[in-house]
Amino acid sequence: MNKIESINDFVVRFANVNGSGSASANNLFAQAIFRLGIPVSPKNIFPSNIQGLPTWYEVRVNEHGYLGRRGGVDMSIAVNGQTLYNDYLEVLPGGYFIYDSTKELSEEFSRNDLTTIGIPLTRLCNDEFQNPKLRQLLRNIIYVGSLAYLLDMDFSVLTDSIKKQFQKKPKLAEPNIKALELGYDYAKEHHQGACKLSVRKSNKLVDEILMDGNSAIGLGAVYAGATVTGWYPITPSTSVIEAFERYAGKFRTEPDTGRHKVAIIQAEDELAALGIVIGASWNGARAFTATSGPGISLMSEFLGLAYFAEIPVVLVDVQRTGPSTGMPTRTQQSDLLSCAYASHGDTKNVLLFPCDPKECFDMGADAFDLAERLQTPIIIMSDLDLGMNDHVSAPLHWDDNRKYDRGKVLSAEDLDNLKERWGRYLDVDGDGICYRTYPGTHPTKGAYFTRGTSHNEYSAYTEYSPIYRAGMERLLVKWETARTMVPKPHIKIRDPKATVGVIFFGTTTHAAYEAISRSSKKGLKINSLRVRAFPFHDEVVDFIDRHETIFVIEQNRDAQLRTMLMAENGVSPQKMQSILYFEGMPVTADFITENILALLDKDQQAAAKSSKGEKA
Amino acid sequence: MSFERPDFRHPKLAKNSAGYSRKDYEGAISTLCAGCGHDSTTSALIQACFELSIEPHRVAKMSGIGCSSKTPAYFLSRSHGFNSVHGRMPSVATGANMANRDLLYIGISGDGDTASIGMGQFAHALRRNLNLNYICMNNGCYGLTKGQDSATADKGSAGKKGKPNPYTSIDLCELAIELGASYVARGFSGDKTQLVPLIKGAIAHNGLAFIDVISPCVTFNNTSTSTKSYEYVRDHIEATNTFDFVPLQQEILAHYPEGTSQEVVMHDGSIIHLHKADSSKDVTDRMKCVNNLELEKSKGRLLTGLLYVNPEIMETHDIINSTLRPLNSLTEADLCPGNNALQMINASLR
Repeated sequence: MNKIESINDFVVRFANVNGSGSASANNLFAQAIFRLGIPVSPKNIFPSNIQGLPTWYEVRVNEHGYLGRRGGVDMSIAVNGQTLYNDYLEVLPGGYFIYDSTKELSEEFSRNDLTTIGIPLTRLCNDEFQNPKLRQLLRNIIYVGSLAYLLDMDFSVLTDSIKKQFQKKPKLAEPNIKALELGYDYAKEHHQGACKLSVRKSNKLVDEILMDGNSAIGLGAVYAGATVTGWYPITPSTSVIEAFERYAGKFRTEPDTGRHKVAIIQAEDELAALGIVIGASWNGARAFTATSGPGISLMSEFLGLAYFAEIPVVLVDVQRTGPSTGMPTRTQQSDLLSCAYASHGDTKNVLLFPCDPKECFDMGADAFDLAERLQTPIIIMSDLDLGMNDHVSAPLHWDDNRKYDRGKVLSAEDLDNLKERWGRYLDVDGDGICYRTYPGTHPTKGAYFTRGTSHNEYSAYTEYSPIYRAGMERLLVKWETARTMVPKPHIKIRDPKATVGVIFFGTTTHAAYEAISRSSKKGLKINSLRVRAFPFHDEVVDFIDRHETIFVIEQNRDAQLRTMLMAENGVSPQKMQSILYFEGMPVTADFITENILALLDKDQQAAAKSSKGEKA
Repeated sequence: MSFERPDFRHPKLAKNSAGYSRKDYEGAISTLCAGCGHDSTTSALIQACFELSIEPHRVAKMSGIGCSSKTPAYFLSRSHGFNSVHGRMPSVATGANMANRDLLYIGISGDGDTASIGMGQFAHALRRNLNLNYICMNNGCYGLTKGQDSATADKGSAGKKGKPNPYTSIDLCELAIELGASYVARGFSGDKTQLVPLIKGAIAHNGLAFIDVISPCVTFNNTSTSTKSYEYVRDHIEATNTFDFVPLQQEILAHYPEGTSQEVVMHDGSIIHLHKADSSKDVTDRMKCVNNLELEKSKGRLLTGLLYVNPEIMETHDIINSTLRPLNSLTEADLCPGNNALQMINASLR
């Protein structure tokens, strides 16, 4: 048997029962890899359940910095009886299967193409620790200790992490370190030389951070000066608001009074959550909310109001697998159409597509400037993978000279200095964006009546067709202004003569770059464009125009981005071929590579066939 | 279309202590049906604001959708107004109030807007005790869609369509008391003498003040078979109390026999001076208040007046302990932690 051999390039998958405290042990392992300077991407694959169902934690270790999922498992740490056999089958030939050998494996575990490593986790744990609650947690720490030996990891990184974690409760650090040692010592004694995977300290990570996207967005909202949020709990968006609350608690408490410079209201539903945001924004506070697909559906009516009455809204959609409840704890990029065109009537919303925590922070802050500048909803399209998993990311930065762009707002003084009659929906500057006032600004000037009903330039109710039409057309002028303000796409031209371009966005990015790089090793020349916003920037159209064939990679079934490119930019459907992954897990580089190769192969065959036909 | 009133002001119009005349509190000309109860309610609102010398531009008018929700266009044209979506006035008002706690918020809703589509938001604004004057113009029917029964239509009552309502009605005042409202009153659009002080008391109240104003729909629900008609309401009304609203620091001049009056000191120091029809009725006892409503209902009477008040309760801002400064007035210096703090966060994530 050829054992898989690798230094700093492999996939480890932990199979646990949820609610058993495995998360902290598994995090400890991923964090240790990170602290050893090696690019790492952990993915928590968890059920919509609190206790008792299977959960996995997949850690990719990759010296080259590929942070997407690769596909395949080199080593499995299987401690969940419910899934033990499947976990066993999933290990790649030559891989490693680590299990709790307190109970022996049955006869069906008979593969001869992998290395089976038994660690009697339960027995070791019960022999050492008496407290039943602690036993459950420490059983998981023991396998981390064993991994440290098997992978030849620097043990002190683990103990340092434990000490840091329990800084305030050093008594708890003790049994954790003991558990690590138990696992390490057992593996050393019984499995010397069994494992050909290893971890070496690296200098690939310098100043990077390990952070989840939801925390980054919540922190971005604090930095951007958000003061009001209405929200309703829904996985996987809840931790955006929890992070906002955590950071606001730290940075927004008045030292003299103990009062908070923030209003966080847990609403009765998503409708109310967005209503709170709209009311607050209308009244001059920066406000936002976070939700997932079902919440977007409920917010749809309000989004139409905000679009038509022109009220800034920052909305975070942490997408999950739909439709309906779908798979609420699995990832997908499937709310593009429902967000872009959310609401009745002719409505279009600005979308932003972050791909890592740094971009979550930056876009999380920029969204407020955009929303207030454009006086319209801005929807940040994150997803469960980005939002809830830890990602290696460039460090966050804030320019202390930055001023918030509050957009076109008239003060009392501005109102007094106006020479012309002010109209709330009067396009003075020709960019489709009008001047607004906050309630309470001026005793006699600037008051107006906000309504979702059709209104004239002075916000008076009207059903006069030409005025309604003019208003709707002005909103399109604003849409064009938005196109110039939203983040540009990231384009990589690897070969100016390449005829194939791929387009993707968000969390597909890392796996897509890896797939392109693998393809280029096969001699294929592929350019790429990462969409970062909707409306699509002119550069997106230029990129499509310069290539003969475009592959659009998305994590949904219906090719939603491709549909939008067709609908908004008139791109021919024949020109765009889809690579679609919608199984609820983060897409893998293996999957994208296979599909790119298959599509290119198909194209070549078709080309050969048609040239033959021409000759005949 | 909305039609603005002419700007002309008679030079000798009486002014209030803030220097405004009653006309300064008016709005556009109403487009509701002639005789609509809502217009009388609007007029009572104008009078209450004028008499309390409220600065018009320091008011925000919020509403949902329906005939009632149109009315914010017909009063206080110097205030910002927001006609939002059906049943969602409370959430928009919540956001607005969170953004600036210094303005006065008047929320206008109707019985369809409150008791059906907006029931959830109504309930939750109550339990958070949002500092909002929530006025429900209650006519027992959907006017704007031509007279369907609403959830407050009494069982057996029949409007213009002629079919008696087969369902139990929802008593919004009882519900409000049970859900934690801190000021609950019922008025009748046809009785301005009672309604104006009820609105004044609501404005002085620090928290959610709910006023259910029975406001007949002359077009669809003013029939002899309807229990929300002018005639029926006049015949069956039972005032639990009449009262004076005494603004802050004004001398109380009237004296009443013992046992027939009750003083309630509001949060801002104003005093509500009640003259009770029945000395056993105590408007600060929640359980008794619900009992009174049920008791009168069983007699076929409609209890009006101030039904319940608790001036001591905390409003939303107090509950969440938010800053006393309006959140919309805070700047980068107040809100942004800066790059140094961010670098420390980076360090903690390594």
